[in-house]
Order: sequence, then structure tokens, then C-alpha cells
Amino acid sequence: MARMKFLCDSDRCIECNACVTACKNEHEVPWGINRRRVVTLNDGMPGEKSISMACMHCTDAPCAAVCPVDCFYTTADGVVLHSKELCIGCGYCFYACPFGAPQYPNTTNFGGRGKMDKCTFCAGGPEEDMTMVEYHGYGTNRLAEGKLPLCAEMCSTRALLAGDGDIIADIYKERVVRRGYGSGAWGWSTAYKNDRAV
Amino acid sequence: MTSFLGKLFPAILMAVFLLTTAPAAYAQLDQRVSPASPSTKEEVELYEQLQGKLSGYVSIPDGKLATLVQPEGREWRDFRNYYGRIISAVMMLGMLALLGVFYLFRGKIRIAAGRAGRTVTRFMPIDRFAHWLTATSFMILALTGLVLSFGRPLLIPVIGHEAFTALSTYGKYSHNFLSFPFVLGVLLMLVLWIKDNIPEKADITWIKQGGGFLNNGSHPEAGRFNAGQKMIFWTIILGGLAMAVSGYMLMFPFYLTGVGGMQISHIVHLLGTAVMVSVIFGHIYIGTVGMEGAFDAMGNGEVDLNWAREHHAGWLKTQGISTDTRDGPSKVPTGGGPVPGLGQHAGAD
Repeated sequence: MARMKFLCDSDRCIECNACVTACKNEHEVPWGINRRRVVTLNDGMPGEKSISMACMHCTDAPCAAVCPVDCFYTTADGVVLHSKELCIGCGYCFYACPFGAPQYPNTTNFGGRGKMDKCTFCAGGPEEDMTMVEYHGYGTNRLAEGKLPLCAEMCSTRALLAGDGDIIADIYKERVVRRGYGSGAWGWSTAYKNDRAV
Repeated sequence: MTSFLGKLFPAILMAVFLLTTAPAAYAQLDQRVSPASPSTKEEVELYEQLQGKLSGYVSIPDGKLATLVQPEGREWRDFRNYYGRIISAVMMLGMLALLGVFYLFRGKIRIAAGRAGRTVTRFMPIDRFAHWLTATSFMILALTGLVLSFGRPLLIPVIGHEAFTALSTYGKYSHNFLSFPFVLGVLLMLVLWIKDNIPEKADITWIKQGGGFLNNGSHPEAGRFNAGQKMIFWTIILGGLAMAVSGYMLMFPFYLTGVGGMQISHIVHLLGTAVMVSVIFGHIYIGTVGMEGAFDAMGNGEVDLNWAREHHAGWLKTQGISTDTRDGPSKVPTGGGPVPGLGQHAGAD
């Protein structure tokens, strides 16, 4: 089985935000929810870098560990998903997440957090694959259709890679060798620390 | 000359600062992990070692998402899943064990002179209202909070995920709404009882004698509230306010603080729970099974005369009531009007 990962090549990302827009459109993500965003470090200065960031689908995911109702699960592809049937919107996953991935809709003015929403790696949710119930709750299930996440598919500079971790790492390494420099896979030491074969 | 130097000096400082710190900053941003020109794929380092928090700029309105990597989440996770649970479980179960042992050795603390059969008004309806408003909301707040802290390992295996989600959803609503009566009750008690809870010299004597808990028959004199009750009072007032502040920070997330502040609020809220629940265990014990005649004070507000003589002689003196248990009920002035602020004597029927 493949172990799905994201890899953002910050030497290629041009902060066009197409990944963000593609994600919002594909999954009909409501206002105020950002499953993916582009963060620019050192904006306007020498050494500026942009990184497209979403849920990294961590090994030993912190969100899953702190969830009081145990609503997270990891698929056979290593994708971290959660059940909105079980989520109570407590916000703990946001406090634990190193990447700021969990998002909450404002449902009420009082204790105003609805059920958590986050990047699904375009893999839907616990409902039956490719049904309307799944679509309304979690967005499209492109993985079930044999496709990869749309953010990476849309990326004009191919900065954002999504797919089997070994394959995308190999593509990235080949690039770095060819161009002679690279700043590493952002977030990997945090998200996949325990996978690291040293 | 001096003004020229005055201008030059900060400029030099600035230049030195920039020269020394800028390369370090770039090194971090460039994540200089790969060799300058890797010639083979094996030389490419994927797992860069990030140092600390990384923040930048985002074009979306949600400013807190400008943080790219937030390493503090790891420590918070350890606290939420491990240290927090250990600390609060040890404190709460430890207190229960302590009370159990105390009961085995000391048993129920009786009124040494027996009940006098006549009562003195200790708490007015407004006092009891404040107490029970705080007490009932506290019970539900504590239970629903503990469900969130300990439910996953203890309750989910028993009742299953769906039932537990239903329980914690309603628990969350109750927890949010009941925070308001709880805070109201705490503030009411603060206003009603603060004047009787100022620490005084007699409290030191009371503490030195261990409150008379350990040796039968010894009762250090106390005013309306003894040092132990004062400690409970201040725990509830200060702890309650800390719980309120941290709780409202959690209830209205990110209004006042970023993710770090939210983590600290949660830690304060959890440690506060551990302290308050443990203290309240002791309070409930001594107010019910631990001491004869104590519950009446908050039950109907009327305490037995001899109970008051033994435990709160100082208070009775201020009421002008004989504190000698040999005097019997007849020496109590009857028909007295309400004493300002302290309720009224129970007159002869």
C-alpha cells in the first residue's frame, strides 16, 4: 500500500494560491474554512519562500491523540480522516496540530464552534465512497475515483506534490540534484518523524 | 560632539546586530540542510530540522494560519493526554483515599455535649441560595468536564462512540451554559461572606492545633468561619475566578489570544479542576458524613446550639449567646430580633 503524503517544494512555489482556490471549489468548502493555505516566509525580503500548507496526514497524528471523542482514523493509504458524526467541535485538535490544519465553522454565537473540517487528501470521509452524503460532509472522494488531490494536480509550477511518499520524495530529490539546491520537504520532520528511516 | 556620538552609537549597534543576526536568520529560512550542490539523490536531505516556531504572511483573513509550524502543540498534547490526567487523577483519588483513611481512624465527629435541641440561625436563605447555586452548577461542570478529560479511556470502551459523542455534546452545552450561574454564585458568596473570611490571628492557632480534627474534644475557638472554612472559601473564590477566566477564554476561542494562550488556558483550567474537585471532596465529606450537625447549616440554615458552641464559639459570642454547653438552651436569649448581617436567633417556639 502506498503511504500518501504532501511535499511542497518551496523553491518552486510562486504563491499563486491556485491550490487554495482549487480545494475550495472542488469540495464546496464554506466561507471562513481554509483546508489549505499558502504561507509566505520573509515576505518581500531576500530569502522569501512560500509554502502551501494543509493537513500533512501525520504518522501518529496529534489531532487523533488528543481528540476527547476519538473521532479520527487513518486509512490504509495513511490518510488521516475524521467522522463529523462523532466530532463535538471542542477545538482540541487545533491546539495540538503543528500545522494549523483543523478548521471550524461558526455555528452559533455562544461557544461558536461547529464540527471540525480539514483536508481529506481528497479521500472523503467515513460515509460510503462517492455518495452525496459523503460529498456534503467531506467533499469529493478523488482517491476512490483513482485520482490524486486536486491542489497538487492543479499546481502550475508542480511545487506541490501529492501521492505515495516514496515516489514524490524521489521526484523531489531528482529535482534538487538537477538544479543544485533545495530547502527540504517542509514539515516532514514534524509530520513523519517516526517514519524516518535513518 | 556628544550629539554626534549619540546618533552614531545606536547606528553602530544596529549595524552589528544586523551583521550578526541576519546570516543566522537566512540560514534558518534557507534550511541549509542539503549540501550546496548535491550530486546524488542520497545527498538530498528531506527531513530538515526546524528550530522553533515558523510564521509568515497569509493573504487570507485568518491571521493565526500565518503560523506554518507550531511545535508547542507537542508539549500540550503530552499534558492533555498524560501529565494532566496523572496529576488530576492522583490529586482526586488521593483526596478520596485520605478521607477514607481519616474516617476509619476518626469516624464521624460527634457533638461532644450532644444536641441541645435548640437551634441558632447560621445561614439566611440568600446565603443558602448562593451556596447551592454554586454547588449544583459546580457538580455538573465538574462531571461534564471530567467526561471530556477521562471519557475516552474510561467511557468509550463501555458505552461506545455514538453514545459517548451524544453525552459529550450535551455535556459541552451544559458546561458552557452552567458556567454563568456558577460565576454568579461565586460572586454572590464573595459579597456575602468576605467580611467573615478575612484571615486573623485566631486562624494561626486553629491551624497549629490542626483544627481539632485529630484529637477528640479539642476545639480551637473560631469566629463565624474557622481557618479551614476560610481556606475553602478562598479556594473557591480564587479558583473559581481562575476557572472562569480560563474557561471563557476556551469558550470564546482566539478572541484575546493565539493558539499558545489557548493551550495555557486549557492547562490552567485542568489544573484548577484538579485542585477544586479535591478540595470540594474534603468539603463535602466534612459537611455530611464527617461531622454531626454540620449539614444543617446549609440544609435548613439552623444549626444546633451545642454544635455552634463547640465549633464556632467566637461567632456565638458576637451574637450574645452563652458558649458554655453546660448552660443548656435556657440561657439563650429568646425573642431577639435579627442581628445585622448574621441572621436571627432561633427563638422559643
